[in-house]
Amino acid sequence: MKRRSAIALVGLTLALAACDNMANQARRNPYELPYGSQENWPVMPLATAVARDEPLKPPSPPPVTMALLERGRQRFDINCSPCHGRLGEGDGMIVQRGFPRPPSYNIDRLRNVPSQHFYDVITHGYGIMYSYADRVEPTDRWAVAAYIRALQASASASLADVPPDKQKALQ
Amino acid sequence: MAIFTPRANLFMNAALIGAVLLGACLLLAIRVVPVIGYNTQERFAPEQPIPFSHKHHVSGLGLDCRYCHTKVETSSSAGMPSTAICMTCHSQVWRNAAMLAPDRQSLAENIPLRWNRVYTLPDYVFFDHSIHIAKGVGCTECHGPIGDMDLTWKARTLYMSWCLSCHRDPAPHLRPRDQVTTPDWRRTPSTPSGEALMADYHVHTENLSDCGVCHR
Ligand code: HEC
Ligand code: HEC
Ligand code: HEC
Ligand code: HEC
Ligand code: HEC
Ligand code: HEC
Repeated sequence: MKRRSAIALVGLTLALAACDNMANQARRNPYELPYGSQENWPVMPLATAVARDEPLKPPSPPPVTMALLERGRQRFDINCSPCHGRLGEGDGMIVQRGFPRPPSYNIDRLRNVPSQHFYDVITHGYGIMYSYADRVEPTDRWAVAAYIRALQASASASLADVPPDKQKALQ
Repeated sequence: MAIFTPRANLFMNAALIGAVLLGACLLLAIRVVPVIGYNTQERFAPEQPIPFSHKHHVSGLGLDCRYCHTKVETSSSAGMPSTAICMTCHSQVWRNAAMLAPDRQSLAENIPLRWNRVYTLPDYVFFDHSIHIAKGVGCTECHGPIGDMDLTWKARTLYMSWCLSCHRDPAPHLRPRDQVTTPDWRRTPSTPSGEALMADYHVHTENLSDCGVCHR
């Protein structure tokens, strides 16, 4: 009898020690494989599946405000400036390391295209440029397009375009 | 016949001293074992399918964290870059490098790369990136000098005491919101003080150490 309880005690202690203090629970984390699963992960969604918050149709261009331009600048600096450069000249860091040079935004053709073209380039890519649809949200695409317009305007601006009270600071 | 021989004293003393020493060793072990590097995995860099270097991409090329970790501002998980994100550049630069073969294979077969985790919390802890980014806690506060890492290594223990040390007094750890992803940010005389930022971003510490914040 005593022998048996001793064995049970040792066994139970060992079993307890094998617990990993609840670090692994029936909670699925992002990127976590289902327990014991060998399937390739993550399972690809059906071609017809739609993300939960996905809008039904592309948003129409919002009015250009300072907030929109600020947002556009932030997204442009993160996603586009590595190749297109901060000023859109097409001389970003990756281009200096051997990536084919994109056209400057200040060429006449790109000055004259509608903003919709920028939206479409971000959504579908262009030539060797990959699509940014997975990285830039639809509403942000309009913000980036508006910011590209601002870059184009500032590249050809002269001192006379600056409000008189700000001219002093630039001279 | 006497039960105890004269040598019994010796045994008794030896046993007592031994017991005390054993106890002391156990106490020491309880204090020390959790903080030695082997256990906390601090400075440990797991092997990766591709030897990806933050040093080259972040400090060298000046890429923003959000170029690759696209969801860090809006979701609890920062997100790992998809194969397509690497391929945006590596379809043209270093396109034949043997190092990047797993990337090309992943693109061709449409199977995601599986990176080995550096930071993981136990399942009973709830963590959210977006709130920390929104309140001006920089990536390097928690992930260390990532701009200098050739292979990503773990810079913090992720112990509860570490989380709490900041939740009790976040002020010295805050920075302006637009600087959260800067890998080499330093406080300069013109940066607003931590207290000013706390007020600006409405950080309230009263309930920040409640168990329910992290254990839901
Ligand atoms: C990895 C480098 C890279 C990044 C990052 C990048 N581009 Fe490009 N982009 C290019 C290249 C290269 C071209 C030229 C493509 C060609 O002609 O084949 C180009 C072309 C363009 C064009 C001109 C299309 C035309 O009609 O000629 C626009 C507009 C553009 N990109 C916008 C963007 C925007 C907006 C972003 C950020 C969301 C961005 N790009 C990010 C490399 C890049
Ligand atoms: C060019 C893309 C890229 C950029 C830019 C980038 N990362 Fe990463 N990051 C990765 C990849 C790929 C991994 C997975 C491999 C690894 O752990 O090194 C990773 C892993 C990490 C990890 C470890 C995650 C884990 O638990 O396994 C952290 C933390 C991290 N990155 C933080 C950052 C921060 C902070 C920045 C900005 C300063 C940044 N990254 C910029 C691609 C990138
Ligand atoms: C924005 C462009 C860009 C992206 C995105 C990018 N890389 Fe790179 N990568 C480069 C460039 C440019 C180099 C060459 C580095 C140099 O010249 O210093 C490079 C070099 C490398 C190297 C060679 C060794 C080294 O570190 O210099 C590896 C490996 C690598 N990248 C892996 C990756 C992986 C994995 C990803 C996806 C998570 C990725 N890269 C995303 C631009 C990029
Ligand atoms: C308050 C501390 C803290 C800050 C600030 C922080 N992280 Fe993290 N990060 C963590 C913790 C903790 C984990 C582990 C999460 C888990 O296991 O669920 C993690 C995990 C990650 C991962 C792995 C994937 C994931 O989401 O689980 C990446 C990538 C990452 N962080 C990148 C970043 C980037 C980029 C920033 C800055 C924009 C950042 N982190 C800021 C604490 C932080
Ligand atoms: C460097 C400072 C710092 C560290 C380290 C840190 N936090 Fe935070 N945490 C903050 C700040 C600041 C807030 C925002 C408080 C607020 O909302 O006012 C926050 C908020 C949170 C929230 C959301 C609170 C709410 O009200 O919903 C959670 C959850 C959280 N942190 C979990 C963690 C966990 C888990 C860890 C450790 C792995 C951690 N944090 C480490 C600074 C930090
Ligand atoms: C800021 C976030 C945070 C708060 C607040 C917090 N915890 Fe934790 N707690 C953690 C983290 C992170 C861990 C995981 C530590 C680890 O990985 O060892 C943890 C682990 C634990 C554990 C398991 C310890 C172990 O060694 O396995 C217990 C028990 C616990 N917490 C209780 C509490 C109680 C009780 C409170 C309220 C007084 C509390 N926690 C508040 C973040 C928090």
